[in-house]
Amino acid sequence: MIEFHLDARSGVSPYQQLVQQVRQALRLGLLREGDQLPTVKDVVGRLAINPNTVLKAYRELEHAGLVAARPGVGTFVTKTLSDSSLAAHAPLRRELESWLRKARRAGLDEESIDALFRDTFRSITLEGVA
Amino acid sequence: MIWVAWRQFRTQLVVALGAVLLLGIVILVTGLHLRHLYDTSGIRTCDTQADCQALGQAIVSHDKLMQNLLGPILLAVPALIGMFWGAPLLGRELESGTYRLAWTQSVSRTRWLAIKILLVGTASVAAAEIVSLMVTWWSSPIDHVNMNRLTPGVFDRRGIVAIGYAAFAFTLGLTAGAVIRRTLPAMAGTLVVFVAARVLISDQVRPHLRAALMLAGPVRRGPIGVPGTGVAPPLPGAWLLSHSTEAKCTIGTGPAVHTCPGTPFRVLYTYQPASRFWPFQSDEMAIFIGLALILLGVCFSWLRSSAPDTSIRNIVRAQEEHPRTDTDNHQQTGTNVLHALRSEQPRGNQ
Amino acid sequence: MSSVLQARGLGKRYGRRWALSDCTLSIPAGCVAGLVGPNGAGKTTLLHLAAGLLKATVGTIEVLGESVRGRPEQLARVGFVAQETPIYPTLSVADHLRFGAKLNPSWDDALAQDRIAGLGLERRQRAGQLSGGQRAQLALTLAVAKRPELLLLDEPVASLDPLARREFLRGLMEIAADREVSVVLSSHLVGDLERVCDYLIVLAASRVQLAGRVDDLLATHRRLIGPRRDASALPDGQQVIEASHTDRQSTLLVRTEEPIRDPGWIVEQVSVEDLVLAYMDQAAGAGRERGRLEAVRR
Repeated sequence: MIEFHLDARSGVSPYQQLVQQVRQALRLGLLREGDQLPTVKDVVGRLAINPNTVLKAYRELEHAGLVAARPGVGTFVTKTLSDSSLAAHAPLRRELESWLRKARRAGLDEESIDALFRDTFRSITLEGVA
Repeated sequence: MIWVAWRQFRTQLVVALGAVLLLGIVILVTGLHLRHLYDTSGIRTCDTQADCQALGQAIVSHDKLMQNLLGPILLAVPALIGMFWGAPLLGRELESGTYRLAWTQSVSRTRWLAIKILLVGTASVAAAEIVSLMVTWWSSPIDHVNMNRLTPGVFDRRGIVAIGYAAFAFTLGLTAGAVIRRTLPAMAGTLVVFVAARVLISDQVRPHLRAALMLAGPVRRGPIGVPGTGVAPPLPGAWLLSHSTEAKCTIGTGPAVHTCPGTPFRVLYTYQPASRFWPFQSDEMAIFIGLALILLGVCFSWLRSSAPDTSIRNIVRAQEEHPRTDTDNHQQTGTNVLHALRSEQPRGNQ
Repeated sequence: MSSVLQARGLGKRYGRRWALSDCTLSIPAGCVAGLVGPNGAGKTTLLHLAAGLLKATVGTIEVLGESVRGRPEQLARVGFVAQETPIYPTLSVADHLRFGAKLNPSWDDALAQDRIAGLGLERRQRAGQLSGGQRAQLALTLAVAKRPELLLLDEPVASLDPLARREFLRGLMEIAADREVSVVLSSHLVGDLERVCDYLIVLAASRVQLAGRVDDLLATHRRLIGPRRDASALPDGQQVIEASHTDRQSTLLVRTEEPIRDPGWIVEQVSVEDLVLAYMDQAAGAGRERGRLEAVRR
């Protein structure tokens, strides 16, 4: 069972954060087919957010075909997002770790690493679009 | 609702029961002693007036301590009831704001108040009357000797008037609590008005409850009588309202009135006879109960119309005068503050 | 869609002062509605009117479809938690539950006892010795255990520390999730309202300045940033709520049904907090205008 968290200052609306967190969990294999998502009551009881927010998030996930609601029982995962790419995760993670260590040794602080990453990510994405 | 009314009244009732019980024991013990004294004194079978008077003095002067205590106690009981049982009933609820809890349950306000009044009002009247009966029982030997039940210092500490006093004091406290909305000032107000009403009625109303009777009698001298004039009251147990001495004949009119020389003086008594003790008791009790009912009417009509308005006015006023600041620092006063906040906030949500 | 609270031209006056004027609202069922505004703006007055503790001076107010008259049947359907959560200090927690049970025919004692136990409240403890957070939870339990259809809460977390506040809101949201209950809660802590409310009402200067579903409001308001321009230069469908200008730049908060097509503006979304502050600002400005006009007239 996953646990949700909310970043109140991220600028992303709460229900979208929930959707993103479910998708991320699916991608990382933390959620598998048949797993149950936390009940609306559990989520609002932990996060103190409006129940409709959770319902909205679950509905969107249902629309995307990722989960299915079973009335009276709960909401269950129907499809995973992790695919063959999951296998590539481990080596990629190791490469990323070594890159990060290199950046640290070169004297970059957290903000600079973050800025460098985002900038490179953005230009690569644009390249991909163009 | 009955449980609720009882639970909120529980402590006060227990204290009162304890006090009444304690008083009852003391009264019983000393009263039996007094009765014994009375029975064995032979005053029932005395023959000469001098003997009877001497025996009577012995009875009347017995246990002065108790006599001096019982009077004030009985005087105080209704006032205390009004202050401690009446005033907080509504006053406390309004002062502490708990009326906002009590009046949003599934019970109508009228029923809520009615049951509370029934419980506490009945207890008030019962407590006061029990004490009054106890004192009446205790004092009966002395009253037999003095035969002064109608006179002001004694009348209100006997019989059934305490029922009226307690009912009035309780409803007075209730109304004061409703109008003043603070317990302590309401208690003070209740005491003041209660005392004023009692004094007013016993001084100005009671003497005129029935038309006073007049009696003329010769001037007499004697040890027992109205002090200073050597005049004896005409009837035993009567309440002497006033008396005047006059001559049997007058000559002339206007400023040159003078009495005829040589004619005897007589005394004119204005009085209420002893037989009117119980009628006066019921009359005075009825007056006070009538006042109590009027106050009850005032209370219930206040409850239905403007009750909470006056209590919330304070909340609204307090809010305006002291705008609250919370931990997130959102002050609600002035645009300059709002603008200051605005400039602190990070611009642009991506 | 039925509305749980409907006010038409509602006004309340104390002496010469109007605490609430011309209030027209229709709060739909199933929402958690947030009532926000400066102190003295009429939030408490509105909630007291809805709870039957006050009588309106003008206008009407209907709660759960019937006008507010203090009938026990209606009182049973509405739960109310007043400001500073009044409780009886000398009564114990268990006494309070019994109080609720005796005075409410629809009382669910199992729910009440479970909730108290779950909160870790000591049944024999006198309510006067509870902490602020515990009192608030007790008051909420009293309001909820009678299974109301509408819960009214007047600044329930105002004087609580942040942890107690979060705990209270968690419990409240569980209640909202569990059952078909609508909630109206007033607060001046906008941050809390953003998390918790899906309907927003801004009360300022004794009037309703803004009312609507949060989603709709966020969709129809935008912040526009661009070169210095007069606010009246905007097309008709776009209503300027707030404008601030420097010598080169204008920032406007705008209410509009249609998308902004003018390429000269940078268009941004706004947050609930932005909306609340802007509308309160607008009301304060109008109030100052009125004050100024009155001063001129004198």
